Amino acid sequence: MSVKTKKKNVRRRFKRRGTHPLQKYLREGRLPHIWCPGCGLGSALNCLCQAFSDEGFGLDELAVVSGIGCSGRAAGYLATDSYHTTHGRAIPFATGLKLAQPELNVTVFSGDGDLFGIGGNHFIHAARRNIDLTVICINNYNFGMTGGQFGPTTPQGANSTTSPYGNRERPFNLPALASSAGAVYVARWTTLHVRALKEAIGEALRKDGFSFVEVLSPCPTSYGRRNEMGDGREELRYYREKSVIKDGADPREAAIESENQEEIVLGKFLDEEERPSYPRVAKASLGS
Amino acid sequence: MSPKKERAPAPKTAKEGEGLLQGKFFFNGDEACAEGAIAAGCRFFAGYPITPQSEIAERMAARLPQLGGTFMQMEDELSSLATALGASWGGQKAMTATSGPGFSLMMENIGLGMMTETPCVIVDIQRAGPSTGLPTAVSQGDVMQARWGSHGDYGVIAYAPCSPQEMYEHTIKAFRAAERFRMPVFVLGDEKVGHMRERVELNQAEVEQAVRREPTVPPEEYLPYEPEEDLVPSMASAGEGYRTHVTGLTHNERGYPQLDEETQQKLVQRLIEKVEKNKDEIIELEERETDEAEALIVSYGIAARTAFGALSLARQRGIKAGLLRLVTVWPFPEKRLRELSERVEKIVVPELNMGQISLEVERVVAGRAEVEGVTKAGGSLHRPEEIVEAIEGAS
Repeated sequence: MSVKTKKKNVRRRFKRRGTHPLQKYLREGRLPHIWCPGCGLGSALNCLCQAFSDEGFGLDELAVVSGIGCSGRAAGYLATDSYHTTHGRAIPFATGLKLAQPELNVTVFSGDGDLFGIGGNHFIHAARRNIDLTVICINNYNFGMTGGQFGPTTPQGANSTTSPYGNRERPFNLPALASSAGAVYVARWTTLHVRALKEAIGEALRKDGFSFVEVLSPCPTSYGRRNEMGDGREELRYYREKSVIKDGADPREAAIESENQEEIVLGKFLDEEERPSYPRVAKASLGS
Repeated sequence: MSPKKERAPAPKTAKEGEGLLQGKFFFNGDEACAEGAIAAGCRFFAGYPITPQSEIAERMAARLPQLGGTFMQMEDELSSLATALGASWGGQKAMTATSGPGFSLMMENIGLGMMTETPCVIVDIQRAGPSTGLPTAVSQGDVMQARWGSHGDYGVIAYAPCSPQEMYEHTIKAFRAAERFRMPVFVLGDEKVGHMRERVELNQAEVEQAVRREPTVPPEEYLPYEPEEDLVPSMASAGEGYRTHVTGLTHNERGYPQLDEETQQKLVQRLIEKVEKNKDEIIELEERETDEAEALIVSYGIAARTAFGALSLARQRGIKAGLLRLVTVWPFPEKRLRELSERVEKIVVPELNMGQISLEVERVVAGRAEVEGVTKAGGSLHRPEEIVEAIEGAS
């Protein structure tokens, strides 16, 4: 089917139902969302819903858990069982949910500050245990909701409300961190690369074990503005110019260290064949 | 919306499960606590090692797999409680156990549990603080923290066992209360009760299970925070087709964030009143010789154990003393204490802290009788004489 026909079909469907094709994954009456114009969270959430749909998941097979922050609000827009928990604790909450209901497909959708600042310890331990979760981190390089403070992923030199003279701390390389902590699937895309992102999320959802997808996302209001990156569209243009797709690359090459980064490495870094996830390991150790 | 899905097979209940214990055992309080949880139907434990709680986790690690349950040793107490809350939404009766420093870390998710009305049991085997304090020594320093520890207002239910047998029984009761009132419930043990070894009678196969109130309406009509007459809402677990949204934000009856003053007032008021208005059902007291008493000992937990001795000693010395033991510390038994305070001249409050419940007693007694705390910063128990001397000081 040509792209043109596809678009036409979507338009037709839209007209017929009067709703978005992915409407069933969204909670009625919860939109519009709170996210700013130019923010990448809508695209990321759309990709998650697309992945649910493409992978054929019914609503009752899914649960989504978020922490606190702009990304944390995502859970509230989804029509699955959805949990908006405490700051940083989405992963342990999801761990309990998953182990209590192993047949549920549990996704954690949260931000870089939530998952790697206050929640960093939980991330590495869940990866180490290989808990069967899909963790999607929307990385916008700062604490957006609280007004744009620097965080664990802010590039060195970048300005923020709490680094007015430029960030002096070295940021995490999230794909490298996830890989070394024990994740079985690690990928990074941006909210510009929606098809690749959707596919990566789909693969992560299907993967048995701790899967991690980092999503680089514009935050024009809090981050872009202070770093002369322009509006959301210009930030996407920045990603188009800087992105280099290197599937299978060593995740250590994926560091985003400074503001003047020459290239941003995207792709699927890790897709381990077979390492039993936590619920399976626990069962096996009992001999059942 | 699709119709309600068949409920996933529930974890083995005590009645049908194997490996349940019956008869007399020589257990310490921590072990008895773990067995109480099992008896109540708990099949999910998440915790982090800490003295003097570790025996609970160790027993759960050995026992839960035998019963088809899940034991998780987490990376800290923050995640331990978060995991227990997640498991509770997954339909399990879940528990965590800790001691002072870990209890401090749990305050954040205690708030989440209260706000989202998530049943679970939190056991705090108290040790002397602040901070690392005396890790292996007794204290009752967390009583007020259990009441007020997390930010904001909410009602609290807390049991104060004074023997290994009660560690078993109170843990069962705590699970029942947690499911009945849809909230985290505390068991405030302490190092002495946790480590003392006594005869404990178990009847796991016969214990009445804690029951969760399930929705009676189809998913499209279900409101996860719509209270019934007793102010407690029913609870649908994940994967049942109810597609609940759960948030720590101020929320309406549909569970959706609604960030205004009116919703906040209504919600917080109900979180308090669902305990307050059901007080008579929750509060448990033990009274000894209070009928003709002129002096009253008010105590709880391990301190009450010493107070039993003090009561006999006082009576031997011809003092007309009585004892009011708070089996549940929270909610506070204001009515009964007020009644008793009309009749006695002096009230002494032995407790292993620098005067926490004695403040509450002073508030309720409001000058009707003299109130004196018999305080100790923790580390060892009172001697019965200390309590009697405090009573004698008045008469």
